[in-house]
Amino acid sequence: MQWCTPIKKALITAVASVTITAGVSMSVSAEELGYPEKEELTFGFIKLTDMAPIAVAYEKGFFEDEGLYVTIEAQANWKVLLDGVIDGRLDGAHMLAGQPIAATMGFGTKADIITPFSMDLNGNGITVSNDIWEQMKPNIPKMDDGRPVHPIKADALKPVVEKYKSEGKPFNMGMVFPVSTHNYELRYWLAAGGIHPGFYAPHKGDISGQIDADALLSVTPPPQMPATLEAGTIYGYCVGEPWNQQAVFKGIGVPVVTDYEIWKDNPEKVFGITREFSEKYPNTTVRLTRALIRAAKWLDENNNANRPEAVKILSQSNYVGADYDVIANSMTGTFEYEKGDKREVPDFNVFFRYNATFPYYSDAIWYLTQMRRWGQIAEDKSDDWYKEMAAKVYRPDIYRKAAESLVAEGLMSADEFPDFAKEDGYRGPQTHFIDGIVYDGSKPNEYINKFSIGLKAGEVL
Amino acid sequence: MSTMTSFITKISDSNASSGTVKKLVNDITKAVIFPVLGFLVFLLLWSVAAQNIDTSLGKFPGPAAVVTQFGSLYDEHVRERDKAVAFYERQEKRNAARIAKDPDYVPKIREYTGKETFLDQIVTSLITVMSGFAVAAVMAIPLGIAVGLSKPLNSAINPIVQVFKPVSPLAWLPLVTMVVSALYVTPDPIVPKSFLNSMITVTLCCLWPMVINTSVGVASIDSDLVNVSKVLRLSPLTHVRKIVLPASVPMIFTGMRLSLGVAWMVLIAAEMLAQNPGLGKFVWDEFQNGSSDSLSRIMAAVLVIGFIGFLLDRGMLQIQRWVSWDKSSADR
Repeated sequence: MQWCTPIKKALITAVASVTITAGVSMSVSAEELGYPEKEELTFGFIKLTDMAPIAVAYEKGFFEDEGLYVTIEAQANWKVLLDGVIDGRLDGAHMLAGQPIAATMGFGTKADIITPFSMDLNGNGITVSNDIWEQMKPNIPKMDDGRPVHPIKADALKPVVEKYKSEGKPFNMGMVFPVSTHNYELRYWLAAGGIHPGFYAPHKGDISGQIDADALLSVTPPPQMPATLEAGTIYGYCVGEPWNQQAVFKGIGVPVVTDYEIWKDNPEKVFGITREFSEKYPNTTVRLTRALIRAAKWLDENNNANRPEAVKILSQSNYVGADYDVIANSMTGTFEYEKGDKREVPDFNVFFRYNATFPYYSDAIWYLTQMRRWGQIAEDKSDDWYKEMAAKVYRPDIYRKAAESLVAEGLMSADEFPDFAKEDGYRGPQTHFIDGIVYDGSKPNEYINKFSIGLKAGEVL
Repeated sequence: MSTMTSFITKISDSNASSGTVKKLVNDITKAVIFPVLGFLVFLLLWSVAAQNIDTSLGKFPGPAAVVTQFGSLYDEHVRERDKAVAFYERQEKRNAARIAKDPDYVPKIREYTGKETFLDQIVTSLITVMSGFAVAAVMAIPLGIAVGLSKPLNSAINPIVQVFKPVSPLAWLPLVTMVVSALYVTPDPIVPKSFLNSMITVTLCCLWPMVINTSVGVASIDSDLVNVSKVLRLSPLTHVRKIVLPASVPMIFTGMRLSLGVAWMVLIAAEMLAQNPGLGKFVWDEFQNGSSDSLSRIMAAVLVIGFIGFLLDRGMLQIQRWVSWDKSSADR
């Protein structure tokens, strides 16, 4: 692959953005924010509960408070959505964290997409069909009351996959997009249980991601997941809410694990815009970030007190449109695994707590390490390359501007945000992974070498 | 009063002419009772069948569920309109406030940004199908007349038309979408791209049946009429206006009716496929939502689509009757 040009560009922009960040940190004085240059905006989303900040910012009038008149449009799938943002049909969109990174890198459509706002933490689950669940069940240790011990590891699935393999039947699973969080989470979970999810080899033109695979992963749009599972085309899937809970309600499948258990408080969706947009309309960019920050805060306020109202908004047919009960299941702090096995997961959907909205460089780098691990990034990269790429896509400088102006206007208080003066954009080493491997965003190559399944530094397919 | 008495006398006379009464009863039975009976049997079968079909989204919607949905769809429409009014009020206030601060600002009223209701979607679909149809008619009828009048032109164009006619317009849709987004680039578009995509798809599907029917109609004009025109030495334009058009109107309209019917079906599919606003998108969105109301809302949309298709066909028939000199030709 011709990575040279992107790298050169990346270097230049990384240097530029570093200077910008430095510049901002020096001039902390909050000059008054100008009127938005572009007032009529169209934002795209996929029918998932984690689009909530966009819906709330609209319904609660936060966009209008900024002088923005926003139309919100559901998109058919992630590809259509990304193309919409690239060709300008959409001004911005609810995106998979991997999408802006992959687009900037040139894996798939090449385009400079940035994100000033991270939309949420957690919120996904892995569901298997009833039939697979029955076969998995004997392998899962039980608690005293007979319910399975959580988190359920892929070790329980391994014998089932092996059985299918020995019978010559492909074990198909669904995820929503090649660079989606769901793809990496499903791969992480499977690999942690010794099931090989397959490699990509873009330099050889192989982008199906099924080289050496035990479980074959393919793309299905989120809202179609339950129907595809029911049809028997796939045996399981990884998707955001409400499509795991809907499988329980429809009685067609059983969610076995949530991404909260795979990696506690993992960064999920981001809000993506083109770099061109952010440069052409700087005030609009800051203002839409402000509206989204306020919406995220509203969603988590007073210990999730506003969640029932949010669920009501999301259940409208023009947003997520699923039944109130289905959406409420995960949004209000509980998650139903097997029918009747409802457990408390208060942080299943986090929109604002734990600095959820701040675009950490280390979050971007985690996605980059997984892209490298599964071969989407075909060649070895230096640690600096990872950092430059993250700085090119994730834009805490814009976030900071928005946050500081909110604080200056008294709409929010400074303690609700990271300490910008000290923040370098890297979370400390993170320990809460299902396989116990520690992630330190500042040492990506060291991290990649820790996995038993996956490409390591120096390996090329 | 007098009509009443005459009616009574008619009835009392009926002993004498029991034949007329029989005929009257027969007519009433034909015009009212049988259709009503058919409808009732249909409702019965529908609700029985619906009760016995279990989907993963609950029972298949019966007539009652669909009627309820019509109510709630209308309520949603009214609610959305109220929200729109509030939206404009807020906007005016905000504009006023900004002018007070920043006198150079030229206030602009933006369209309501909320969702399209079911009624809005119906209107969108109707406008799309009518515009696509009109564009097709403007192109196809002159072309059809020319082809019908000239044998060489006919043999030149006929093979092309025959090849394109059986192509489903949905196969064109991806091409249309790409071409429109490549060529239609304006910062401030008059009509949205999605509208153009659907409209051109409809046009492509209306074009061929209209060309073929018009040309056949024109080519098969009674030779007596053509001879009359020759004897009178009519100019070509007058020939077309006075002889060709009136004589071929029935065939032209048959083509138009055919293509409008197909266009309506294709539009719904195109809207579903391309996520363009309209009834097709409504159906697809509801399917994606997978809520417990989704199926009954889709069923409501299906009934509306069918009813509108029926009205479009009747409308074309009525127009044909008005413009046709041979009133019997339209009665089919």
